[in-house]
Amino acid sequence: MAEFTMPSLGADMDEGTLQEWLVRPGEPVRKGDPVAVVETAKSTIEVECFETGTMGELLVEPGTTVPVGTPLALIEPTGERPEEPEKPRGTEGDETGRPLRPPPPTSAPPEPQRVPVPVPPDAPVHGPTGTGPLLRHLAERSGVDLENLRGSGPGGRVTRSDVEEATAAAGAVAQPSRVRSTPLARRLAAELDVDPATVTGTGRDGAVRAADVRKAARGTATAAPRPRRSAPPVRPAEERGASMRQAIAGLMTRANRDIPHYYLSTTIDMAAAMSWLHEHNRRSAVAERLLPAALLLKAAARAAREVPELNGFWTDDHFTAGDGVHLGVAVSLRGGGLVAPVLHDADTLALPQLMTALKDVVSRARTGRLRGSEVSGSTLTVTNLGDQGVETVFGLIHPPQVALVGFGRISDRPWAVDGLLGVRPVVTATLSADHRATDGAVGARYLTAVERLLQKPEES
Amino acid sequence: MNRAEALEVVEESLASTVPDADLTGLGPDDLFREALDMDSLDFLSFVETLGDRAGIRIDDEDSPELTTLSASADFLAARTGTPAE
Repeated sequence: MAEFTMPSLGADMDEGTLQEWLVRPGEPVRKGDPVAVVETAKSTIEVECFETGTMGELLVEPGTTVPVGTPLALIEPTGERPEEPEKPRGTEGDETGRPLRPPPPTSAPPEPQRVPVPVPPDAPVHGPTGTGPLLRHLAERSGVDLENLRGSGPGGRVTRSDVEEATAAAGAVAQPSRVRSTPLARRLAAELDVDPATVTGTGRDGAVRAADVRKAARGTATAAPRPRRSAPPVRPAEERGASMRQAIAGLMTRANRDIPHYYLSTTIDMAAAMSWLHEHNRRSAVAERLLPAALLLKAAARAAREVPELNGFWTDDHFTAGDGVHLGVAVSLRGGGLVAPVLHDADTLALPQLMTALKDVVSRARTGRLRGSEVSGSTLTVTNLGDQGVETVFGLIHPPQVALVGFGRISDRPWAVDGLLGVRPVVTATLSADHRATDGAVGARYLTAVERLLQKPEES
Repeated sequence: MNRAEALEVVEESLASTVPDADLTGLGPDDLFREALDMDSLDFLSFVETLGDRAGIRIDDEDSPELTTLSASADFLAARTGTPAE
């Protein structure tokens, strides 16, 4: 039985509100199917299933806010190899034509085993977790130091229950209760004013289940019903704006505190790119027209393939290269805030495909729903503030990424070409990079590659 | 189409491109890209919608004409045969 857990949909997400189940228990699910709608501080996201099998018990009811990593439901896998290693991200689709994507957490590599504690043969194995990004996230949020944790998993691996137990032992605040209990039971306990510690659990390992809580509540019939604590499924825009601000504040504070940024900038002649673009658009139907942003993003992605040192993650004092170029695109939202949906394998997309994908994720980021795979796993983020009219943007890196590429407005400038002064469309490309992962020479190589690629738009 | 019809098509196209926008406060000579916080993707989508609804092809070169409700209506009326009033 596999657990379907609240995924981490971006480095700035600590918790999410389950808004809606898209499948019912007993229904078949396939890997890549959206199974639930989760509302984060920043957006509403359809979360995909990462198992093929049958939907089991739903552990969390709509309207409930739970921390990242909390089991939401159980899934009965059909294959005998539910832990089959993830294939690299590809563009292959299933028979419905929908691209299959690995689940969000696999974008960061598993950690080396840090805990050299011998494992008792009967050590409980709690889920398929290594010290993956989810666990690190959970540990960080709970204030638990993974380095000092005894792992109870295979090979001394730290499991989620290790982290939860350490959290409880430390009296940290991540879990509402130190008693083993299901999320539904915890919520019910809060609503019914029942102290889970006084309830006898009948679940696995004595875990307190919802039924136990109800039973206990009947015993203390004097307790007045309390109002629901959980957030309503749909929050007002005002509250969304405030929580979005908080999420951005948290992530950017961390970026500024933890990442020693260095900044590079270069001004790029866009004459070749723009004339190619105009010619392309003149001959194309409006629906197939390209924007300069498509050329800039493609060049940024191809350059990242050439300079892989900037494409990946800095975690636990070392760099891990991305398994492909998955370009996060910062999209500003009307009414404030921003989200950064992902263009997977952007370096391999032909320009029309890239343009279609860009239109799609941007419009859904603003008006509709994004999928879990579309908001997580970026290996490098691009911010394009050209539309806002500025010339240059020096951004903050989105941890755990190691670089951020910025493009300003494309504008006509006096420009020396072959010893003559002319007027050319130019754009300022910038790079903010993590000095722990790379030095300026690498960053310079990257921007030079972007410039070179933009001179040959017909090859992109 | 006459100018009144053209203006209606322009307004409908804007409303469908920027569904959360409030068009009531938009004056005929306001620059709508700025007023409605439209980026180049929004604008492209507006051009696409406008061309589809009016049954004409709008090129990149026409963009400078599509800045205000008034100018866009003039442009559309002229392109679709009926001269602007």
